[in-house]
Amino acid sequence: MTTDTHEHAQVGHHDNASGPELWEGGREPFKASYGKLMMWYFLVSDAFTFSGFLIAYGALRFSVPTWPLPDFVFSTFPGGFHHAPLIFVTVMTFILILSSVTMVRAVQEGKRENKKGVVKWMGLTIIGGLMFLSCQAWEWTNLIAKEHMTITTNPFGTHTTDGVYLNPDGTEAKKENGQPDSFKAGTTYLIHKKDGEWHKRVFKITSGEYKGQIAQEAFGPKAFGGLFFFITGFHGFHVFSGVVFLLVIMLNVMSGLYEKRKNGYEMVEKIGLYWHFVDLVWVFVFLVFYLL
Amino acid sequence: MSLSPEEGKRVVYKGMILLAVITLIEVFIALIGNGHVIDGFHLPKWVMYPAMIMLSLYKAYYIISEFMHMKYENKGLVISASWPIILIVWAMIAFLNEGGAWHDRKAYVELVNSKGYIKPSEASLETFHNEVGPKDDVTPTEGSAKPTETNQH
Repeated sequence: MTTDTHEHAQVGHHDNASGPELWEGGREPFKASYGKLMMWYFLVSDAFTFSGFLIAYGALRFSVPTWPLPDFVFSTFPGGFHHAPLIFVTVMTFILILSSVTMVRAVQEGKRENKKGVVKWMGLTIIGGLMFLSCQAWEWTNLIAKEHMTITTNPFGTHTTDGVYLNPDGTEAKKENGQPDSFKAGTTYLIHKKDGEWHKRVFKITSGEYKGQIAQEAFGPKAFGGLFFFITGFHGFHVFSGVVFLLVIMLNVMSGLYEKRKNGYEMVEKIGLYWHFVDLVWVFVFLVFYLL
Repeated sequence: MSLSPEEGKRVVYKGMILLAVITLIEVFIALIGNGHVIDGFHLPKWVMYPAMIMLSLYKAYYIISEFMHMKYENKGLVISASWPIILIVWAMIAFLNEGGAWHDRKAYVELVNSKGYIKPSEASLETFHNEVGPKDDVTPTEGSAKPTETNQH
């Protein structure tokens, strides 16, 4: 047996030197460590998970006649501002981009074996992650507590015709500036809930087949709330886990664990890949939930 | 393989500005397209949507290639991590198409429920006559409101 193995090793060696190069272990064909490679494959599988959710969102959205307009649904800003379409979520996107930038800096400092630099930039990345989570907490609180959206009830409906709102006595409602309180087809509205009761406003249709008839606001597509909370929640959970991993790894950096390994702080590089992936997913969540 | 520290830093801050500016452009397209910037001015969806999707895909490409360092990795690693993503394209086409079919089916069921029946269109009557039909018994009726739907079902 011993000689056999020995011979094999010799033959292998000979092949490597002259003939076609065969892989015999001991080298890294992808020039990446096992851990880094597996992080990449985990991210590929995670990309499939998120794609599954986002494609489900798309299919359900395609299957209904109307969908709430994001620039109406997401138009609040902390401090009682109401007509700020997409501004808050743009701020959230900037926070995530910034935290990605600080993460790249941490990885670069790691490559240079600069322990202080790694700790500093990882700390800033953690702060960015916490800021993003706080923003999301505010956004969810606003949707749940103020606008009463749940995973089964969606108070954001969309008009399919032009019309004008009516007062309880049947006269046409006026806006504060005296103009008639009218709307165009495609406008999204929010049904308000007061003292546990939904207040669905009544309006007169002024266009299309049913012109002149009286109608009442209806709830929007039921899946909207469930999809929103589940997909942004799943992304938020990724951010949260990322913050926890970053904290653990930052503490390890501080303790000098990776310094001893002398591999350019590879663990920081791996968590960096994960963190950028979270930013990458947000690019698409931002696109389908807030832009389209 | 890799960049020098100074080049690295430059790429990072260039990337930060690039991603921020692209995000601003996307939000601007969404706002001006939905009539928030100029009163009464809207962009058609077929201009807005492709523009926003292309910009987002570019952002994704930049994050993967520069921030995640994919551009500087071994070719085998790049291929093994990126080619499976093609399956997502297939899933998107299949499921979004199916979502559209649910929509049409619901509209069809609603139409049948509201009228109790669907009138055949001129076109489908003609096919019927050509394939099966005793032409004298059936008098062509006016085309229904949605002739394409009767063709499908």
